[in-house]
Formats: sequence, structure tokens, C-alpha cells
Amino acid sequence: MALKASNLKVGDTHEEVVVENLSRGLLVMYAGTSGDYNPLHTDEVYTTQVAGYPSVFAHGMLSMGLTGKMLTNYVGDGRLTKFGVRFTNQVWPGDTLTSKATVAEIRPGEVDLTLETVNQDGKTVIMGNATARVD
Amino acid sequence: MADKVTMPVEATHIMMFARSINDDNQVYYDAAHAKKTEVGHILPPPTFYRSVAQFDPQYFLRPKVGEKWFGSAKGPTGIDEKPKSSGGLHAEQHFEYHKPVKPGDVLTVETMPGKVWEKESKRAGKLTFTETIQEYRNQAGELVVTSRSVGVKTERPVDQG
Repeated sequence: MALKASNLKVGDTHEEVVVENLSRGLLVMYAGTSGDYNPLHTDEVYTTQVAGYPSVFAHGMLSMGLTGKMLTNYVGDGRLTKFGVRFTNQVWPGDTLTSKATVAEIRPGEVDLTLETVNQDGKTVIMGNATARVD
Repeated sequence: MADKVTMPVEATHIMMFARSINDDNQVYYDAAHAKKTEVGHILPPPTFYRSVAQFDPQYFLRPKVGEKWFGSAKGPTGIDEKPKSSGGLHAEQHFEYHKPVKPGDVLTVETMPGKVWEKESKRAGKLTFTETIQEYRNQAGELVVTSRSVGVKTERPVDQG
């Protein structure tokens, strides 16, 4: 179910809660699949006592992956041509994240989207852009 | 990252990766379902490609046989000297998708250094940004994905205020 250009207009949005009450378990799973075992994401002892953070926190790529779930649900599978983000704030265990795509520009066969993922306090954790092929 | 890494794309890895990003889209799990979709096969989620770290024998953020690991063990860190910094953080990540990828593909991933720059930050002191470009080519030599990532090393932990 890909998007149809004729049904889109600039300013249209699609929003999803992509994770609720983010668990340390998911951070462990993400470390295992991505291969990024930086203790900052899974090792509370190291992260609090050596690195000086209040707790472990999510891989940026996990926040991007969660944002990407909203994006592929919206534009359809295999439709993305570009997907880029800036990580603007850290994501912590217990966070609930909501990701939103907004139609920025429509061209023949393509749509540009701006992306934002916010936490439960409304703080932006990801800002981004994507381009997808549309019918 | 080693300069060139071979990354086999496997259905099990895609399934486990999809689980780890909380995504239950069946196109990542079920070959029979995927066959009926527009794409026609299982495909990796869009952020899958950084998992190339799994295939880099030298990747520094993985405990290795016979080497000390800087995460906690008996003590809060397994190395004698204090780690030089709180570790790098990911500042930006950009992907471009050129061609479809499916299980069975064998990608060759070439890593190239990009720009380096510095910035002063109230929340974390001096920030050093380092850009890395990665080109993913399939077994036919076709460029399938380009990745540009920006890492940042902070002078001190990021202030949460």
C-alpha cells in the first residue's frame, strides 16, 4: 500500500506511537542485532559509575529505527529513496516516543517528508527528512 | 570500521533486527507474506545497514576473545586506565537507497573518512564531529545503499538540564 501522489497535499501528516515505556530489554536486543555493544546502552554500572550518565540510554540508531517503522508504515515497503536524521536528544528507558512525518514537497513520482520524533515530554529526540517514491 | 567488510544479508538477521526496532511488519518475518507484497521478497528495514558492524572483525564496540573490555565486570570498568572519554555519540545518520536488497545478497561495504570539525557546546563542552561515508555494493557490483554518518565525541557527559 504505497502512497498516491494524487491523494497527498503539502502539510499532510502521519503520526504513530513507535514505542511505549522503552525497556532496557529492547536496548539489549538492539545491541545484539546491530552489533553495537557500547556499554552506554546496556551496562548500567559502567554508564552511571564510569561514564557519568544517569542511566543507560538508547542507541541513536534505535531511535532512528523506531522512526523508520512509522515511515515505512506510511510510505510502504521498499519505497524510500532517502532517510536522514539528526539525533537532538538522548532517549532513555521508560520513554514513550511518537514519530511524525509531514509532507513537505510533492514532485512527479516522489514525495519529500520532514520527520520528527518526540518523547512523552514533547522534547524532540530526532529531526529528519525522507524521500519516497509514490504512485 | 575496517576499510572493506563483507556483509551477507540473511533472513534471520532481518527478523531479529525488526524485533529489536519494535517493528512487527510481516514483510520482515514471513517469506510467504512478503512474496505477495509489491516488493515480492523479505527486505531489510531501512536502518538495517549499520548492522555491518557485526561483520567487521575489528569493530571496537564489541567484546573480543582475549581482550579486556571497557564495560563493567567485577568492577565498573574492565580496563585499568580510565576510559579517555564517555565514548562517541551518534549525531547524524543519512541513508540513500539506490537498489533493492534481499536475503541472499552479499554486500561489500567500503568505509571512507569524511570531514572532521569542532564546535563548542554549553551542554557537553568541546564537541568533535567526524563524518564517515559507507558504500554498500551487492554481488553484482551495483551500489545499493550509501550511508553518511556523523559521530561526536564530547568533552564531558551531555548535561541533561
